[in-house]
Amino acid sequence: MPPIISVRGVTKTYASGFQALKPIDLDIRRGEIFALLGPNGAGKSTLINIICGLVRASSGTVLADGYDIVRDYRVARSLIGLVPQEMATEGYETVWATMKFSRGVHGRGRDPAYLEKVLRDLSLWDKKDSPILALSGGMKRRVMIAKALSHQPRILFLDEPTAGVDVELRRDLWAMVRSLRDSGVTIILTTHYIEEAEEMADRVGVINRGELILVEDKAALMRDLGTRQLILTLAAPLSGLPADLAGEPLHFADDGLSLVYTFDPKAEGEGVEGLIRRLIDAGVAFTDIRSRESSLEEIFVGLVRAPA
Amino acid sequence: MNVNALRAIYLFEMSRWFRTLVGSLLSPVISTSLYFVVFGSAIGSRMTAIDGVSYAAFIVPGLTMLSVLTESIGNASFGIYMPKWSGTIYELLSAPVAWWEAVIAYVGAAASKSVLLGGVILLTARLFVPYHIAHPFWMAAFLILTALTFCLFGFIIGVWAEGWERLQIVPTLIITPLTFLGGSFYSISMLPPLWRKITLFNPVVYLVSGFRWSFYGVSDVGVSLSLGMTLGFMAVCLVVIWWIFKTGYKLKP
Repeated sequence: MPPIISVRGVTKTYASGFQALKPIDLDIRRGEIFALLGPNGAGKSTLINIICGLVRASSGTVLADGYDIVRDYRVARSLIGLVPQEMATEGYETVWATMKFSRGVHGRGRDPAYLEKVLRDLSLWDKKDSPILALSGGMKRRVMIAKALSHQPRILFLDEPTAGVDVELRRDLWAMVRSLRDSGVTIILTTHYIEEAEEMADRVGVINRGELILVEDKAALMRDLGTRQLILTLAAPLSGLPADLAGEPLHFADDGLSLVYTFDPKAEGEGVEGLIRRLIDAGVAFTDIRSRESSLEEIFVGLVRAPA
Repeated sequence: MNVNALRAIYLFEMSRWFRTLVGSLLSPVISTSLYFVVFGSAIGSRMTAIDGVSYAAFIVPGLTMLSVLTESIGNASFGIYMPKWSGTIYELLSAPVAWWEAVIAYVGAAASKSVLLGGVILLTARLFVPYHIAHPFWMAAFLILTALTFCLFGFIIGVWAEGWERLQIVPTLIITPLTFLGGSFYSISMLPPLWRKITLFNPVVYLVSGFRWSFYGVSDVGVSLSLGMTLGFMAVCLVVIWWIFKTGYKLKP
């Protein structure tokens, strides 16, 4: 089955000379949830905005369900819904008025029943006559999602959908995204949060400094990202690892004052508990134990520094 | 043509206007009434007729144009600047809407407001002055053409403006002086020869003159020239808007 979004050789250099995107090739599969990860300024929003028609690509082509986003923009754009990163609403308008506008501007005829369903699904129905200005930040975020869904898009872009929202709303949004995917909508979301990608995505793409450096199934990527480190501060420096622990993923740090154990918490085996027992049995004394997980930033740095 | 989009934008813009209808209409109606009281009744009663038309009646077309021009630029520039400022323009730019459809909808809504306002001002003027309209068709044509042309101009200003201050600069520093010096309150034949020539570079002169001709059959410049200049200015605005959308100027990086 052909991809629902096909990006080929897309680049973007802004008038200032800043190259936001180096040639990007990317296929989004039909019906998947694709998470585009990257630090601030990596090019995530530029790529999404090009696909949605908000930014003009310097070169390359984008097809949405086989339709060129420039040449066949009417069909292509009618298939796409966008929730941008920045909160942008018509504050003085009511939720209902802005929904009607969004549906109409995307070329759809009136369908109050559908709009009601969208608002009910997003717990906004009782706010339909409220001016958007009077809503809380979380409610406004819901309104933006409702607007993006108002014309029944087949492809939904969510640019940082959970940035700055509380835990409850984040969980609600995740549930909503899953239910949309179940109804056949393809979802592309950008996020800073590994947890979000882990929870939601079928596949993950990593973009950094305008380059798409990785596109992988979530399961495979999470295997790589899901490492943890247990750091033991030793009571006295060791000259070497006890023979009993040779072969374990252990290494010294801080001039031999720390022992670092890299492990996968989901892996089967004796894990942290077994390691500590064996260290005590081997007579290794330590004064502190702490654990840490790899941050997304560290993973990006690692990916960027890795030879091509 | 994306008729649903046209309708959605047009109705959305009109509903914003209707929501603030009292302020939108009352303010220009009050200021125009004050002009009639001061210039028409108080000062006008001491002035002689111009081209056989009483001064109070003479200023009716000019004052109407003054309001229509100002409101056209204000409505259209605000209409497109507001979504730019709030960020909601993303929705228009990512929608399956052709640039000319967006222009028809935004400018059409702004021009509708201006024409309605022009009508209300003419009705208000009737309370003060018993004017007549010699060529009703041409009166309506000049009113609509002027509204459309200056709404297109306002649309350009709205796209160009990067702040509320800039939004006001062109209307305040250019349009208002041009309107006051464009023969709204006098016939340019009353000016010294040099100033009369300089005044002919003011496009508002042609609008006011043509509009006044439709009322009283008298004009400062030829009616065809008035019509031609109005259409010419409209064509220039259309070309600029076409260029804006072609290049993405201040809309799409």
